[in-house]
Amino acid sequence: MRNEPLVYELSRPGRIGCTLPRSDVPEYSLPEGLIRTELDLPELDELTVVRHFTRLSQKNFSIDTEFYPLGSCTMKYNPKANEAAAAHPGWKNLHPLAEPEHAQGALELLWRLQEALQEIGGFAAASLQPAAGAHGEFSGVLMIHAALKDRGELNRRKMLIPDSAHGTNPASCTMAGFVTQTIPSGPDGNIDMAALRAALDDTVAGIMITNPNTLGLFETNIEEICRLVHKAGGYVYGDGANMNALTGVFKPGSSGIDVMHFNLHKTFSTPHGGGGPGAGMIAANEALAPYLPGPVAVRRGESYRLEMPAKSIGQVKAFYGNFGVLVRAYTYILMTGGNGLRRVAENAVLNANYLKALVEGVYPVPYKRHCMHEFVAKGTIVPGIHTLDIAKRLIDYGFHPPTIYFPLIVQEALMIEPTETESKETLDQYADAMLKIAKEASEQPELLHDAPHNAPVARLDEVMAARCPILCYRG
Amino acid sequence: MAIDKNARYLESHEYARPEGGNFVIGISDHAQAELGDVVFVELPAVGKTIAKGATFGTIESVKAASDLYMPVSGTVIEVNEAVKNDPALVNKDCFGAGWLIKVAPSNPAEFDTLLDASAYGKAIGEE
Amino acid sequence: MPFIPNTDAERIEMLKTIGVESVEELFSDIPAHLRVQNLDLPDGVSEMEALAALDALAERNAQTTKMDWFVGAGAYNSYIPSLVPALASRGEFLTAYTPYQPEVSQGTLQAIFEYQSMAAKLLGMPVVNASHYDGATALAEAVLMAWKAKEGRNKILLPADLHPEYAKVVATYLTSFDIELARYEGDPERASLDERTAAIVVAYPGFSGEVYPVEKAAARAHAAGALCIVQADPVMCAIFKSPGEQGADIVTAEGQSLGNPLNFGGPYLGMLGTTEALIRRMPGRIAGETKDKEGRRGFVLTLSTREQHIRREKAVSNICSNQGLSMLQTCIYLAALGKQGLRQVAKQSYDKAHYAAELIGRIPGFRVATKQFFREFLVQTPKPAADIARALAKKGIAPGLVVSRYFPDRPNELLVCVTEMNSRPQIERLAVALKEASK
Repeated sequence: MRNEPLVYELSRPGRIGCTLPRSDVPEYSLPEGLIRTELDLPELDELTVVRHFTRLSQKNFSIDTEFYPLGSCTMKYNPKANEAAAAHPGWKNLHPLAEPEHAQGALELLWRLQEALQEIGGFAAASLQPAAGAHGEFSGVLMIHAALKDRGELNRRKMLIPDSAHGTNPASCTMAGFVTQTIPSGPDGNIDMAALRAALDDTVAGIMITNPNTLGLFETNIEEICRLVHKAGGYVYGDGANMNALTGVFKPGSSGIDVMHFNLHKTFSTPHGGGGPGAGMIAANEALAPYLPGPVAVRRGESYRLEMPAKSIGQVKAFYGNFGVLVRAYTYILMTGGNGLRRVAENAVLNANYLKALVEGVYPVPYKRHCMHEFVAKGTIVPGIHTLDIAKRLIDYGFHPPTIYFPLIVQEALMIEPTETESKETLDQYADAMLKIAKEASEQPELLHDAPHNAPVARLDEVMAARCPILCYRG
Repeated sequence: MAIDKNARYLESHEYARPEGGNFVIGISDHAQAELGDVVFVELPAVGKTIAKGATFGTIESVKAASDLYMPVSGTVIEVNEAVKNDPALVNKDCFGAGWLIKVAPSNPAEFDTLLDASAYGKAIGEE
Repeated sequence: MPFIPNTDAERIEMLKTIGVESVEELFSDIPAHLRVQNLDLPDGVSEMEALAALDALAERNAQTTKMDWFVGAGAYNSYIPSLVPALASRGEFLTAYTPYQPEVSQGTLQAIFEYQSMAAKLLGMPVVNASHYDGATALAEAVLMAWKAKEGRNKILLPADLHPEYAKVVATYLTSFDIELARYEGDPERASLDERTAAIVVAYPGFSGEVYPVEKAAARAHAAGALCIVQADPVMCAIFKSPGEQGADIVTAEGQSLGNPLNFGGPYLGMLGTTEALIRRMPGRIAGETKDKEGRRGFVLTLSTREQHIRREKAVSNICSNQGLSMLQTCIYLAALGKQGLRQVAKQSYDKAHYAAELIGRIPGFRVATKQFFREFLVQTPKPAADIARALAKKGIAPGLVVSRYFPDRPNELLVCVTEMNSRPQIERLAVALKEASK
């Protein structure tokens, strides 16, 4: 595939890719002293723009084109029906500051989605304002901060975080003014309970826990963990990134979690868009519900309005959330239904265990347990071969690599999450490729070291990119 | 793994080497190998006084970023500008051209409490 | 319909391979008393039924295209060329993920680089990141960035005339930090800075639409050892001097009106750009140019060691996603409109807004309160603005934001916004209707 020029390189003076109607009003002069003289934007005709971005798109792997088993990302099929629903002009052309009586459809959708997610999670209340998982985490940790402040216990500055946690967890704590303390995982892949007990004192604000954890394993002691943390005076934050293993089977709220976020762009099928936009619903039990970020949708009689929760931490973004994404999540929940959500979790877990069974003979899986919706294997199959090499070689077989080098507690980790929307034959093909690559690793390792061979570009020099950053066109 | 015998070490792989009343500070060969290609080094301003054990900067590769800890307390008298412009010097010659800062020590006896070359060698051999 | 392809027969085979009798066994780690059998939610329905339900809800909302729409205040009724959604909705863009494997994400990465380049030129800054959730969170992150860059200083000056939701979001982000937020009135050039000031935020334009020049305010900030953060209207930057060329250290903006639909408030696009000196303190993803082993140009995410997945609790910010698709839509919009098109959009908005202001200013009892503006201006009304708006809604006109929605002590003010989407007849109808409603 040839190199696609940049828009600036395709630019020709005098071209334009879209025309406006001619102005029908008088011209007014701009304020002296503030007039911009140079505007260095490219000039392209519409066909060139269309070809350019179409060709760019063809260089991507995507769910629509390839199996994409990124662990912890839940790359399930993004239904086209979601897109059809979201395209209605009643959503696209609705201004956030329309009077509430002129936005009742939107407010009702927000309310119904809040209610559905509360039911799925087992929580008393929810807010749809956070724009992403990390944003939800930040909100939740701020809620804990606010609750502690009300109790006069801001001396509790420590948040406990398992060593398997996603990097956003400690980063969110820092943004909320907490310090973090790592709790190790035990040989069974779960939180080390002795270490947890030892860490609990009156300086602990709470614990952030992902369940299933990033090893794809259910924290069997979840109830005890919640009980211990509560007894020590702390709160339990639930990171819901891995909710795809649990919908309709287990409600995190019922185990004692106080506040939790879901990633709607993971479990609830909204498209990943090359890195967003997502949506990070945050839900809480009765005790923490008043602190939710707002405004949230409430039902008053027959109509819907926006209100701030009684002791809200405030707004975490302007307006009400990534509403366009919420429309898609709601559409998905309607189509899937309560009964369907259970089948989602069951098939997600089945697919992961099946794939694990196919490859674990060759790729060591450190934990001899059933996994949930994802599993972690190690790429240390042959000396001199790294997980990175295996990942890059998978590209040549037409698969997007799994998540690599995460979680940090497993060396040379490969985190694989197939999701429920993949067929058995896709899983068979993927396992087949992994086994072929393992063979190549011993017989022709250079095929892996030099991979990918069949992608639009070969391995890229990330060192040069970081040493001499070129972050902008410098024509 | 090269280990400069004239230097002493922190367990976190920073070294200090005496040079006329002052100390040259950098990171060891083991550390640079673990980090991978260094892409950026953040160093303190000349004149800053930093205690032993406190951070004096950060060093980054593509996949990791580490804080740099003072092996001895002192005032920064010189900073290696060459390393700022060519971070690869740390990988190529960490004990020589890839030095990071020079300090005038406030308590030179701290040097003796560091791991000597053989003790450091054992420490990284055991890792 | 949960989009599950495998049949019961296939599931039985899979269970055999795993070596268990039933799917239930795979959930054995979940304590039995915590497992649920069903959710209190209706059963799933077909696509046809789901879309009918969604459309029924959508029909109950007001649409800007079905009214004469003059409300802005942080979200703008701008024209989106058809090629923008057509290209952005391609499956290869829509259903790709974060470009962590650059060799198979060159489409996304090059688009990010192109967006960064065009946004940088528009805002006048050397570098712009791959985006934040929205303009408000971008501003909040910019404030934190400036505070951390100016060790020992803990005061941030915020204009009184800042979008109230933006002010709220900034306050939320600063909750746990010992930072003093001081509001200043009017021209930022006259704001009072001292040795505790880490940064001054300039709203360009302010919530009222007022445009103050940035240059002298930035110079004063620098003289006082502080940074200058400018929160800008990116469309305005096409014809007004950019914040960057006036000395801004950090620029933030809301990119929604550059190719993203209104969508009841999101997903939008937080733009953030900064100087070379502050690059490593800048949060968010960023793409950079490099070469592959064969010498071909390619793009990668870079400077990742600032980010949460590497630095964890020491990360510059916790932000993980950017607003990928929203950023792509803005990128396509900027490429399609280009230098001339964006200038036209901006100038038409400016001209139409000034025409509207002229007509409204002539109505007895009405006064345009903003002295220098781009496409939005404050109007003082002879009767409560809420009553006027209600009357005009019956005629299919949304005359502007009723300011008392945010400021209950300001009942007689309307914030009027005019864009390239408003025609002259609409503007003239607005003036006539306002006059009628004031009687």
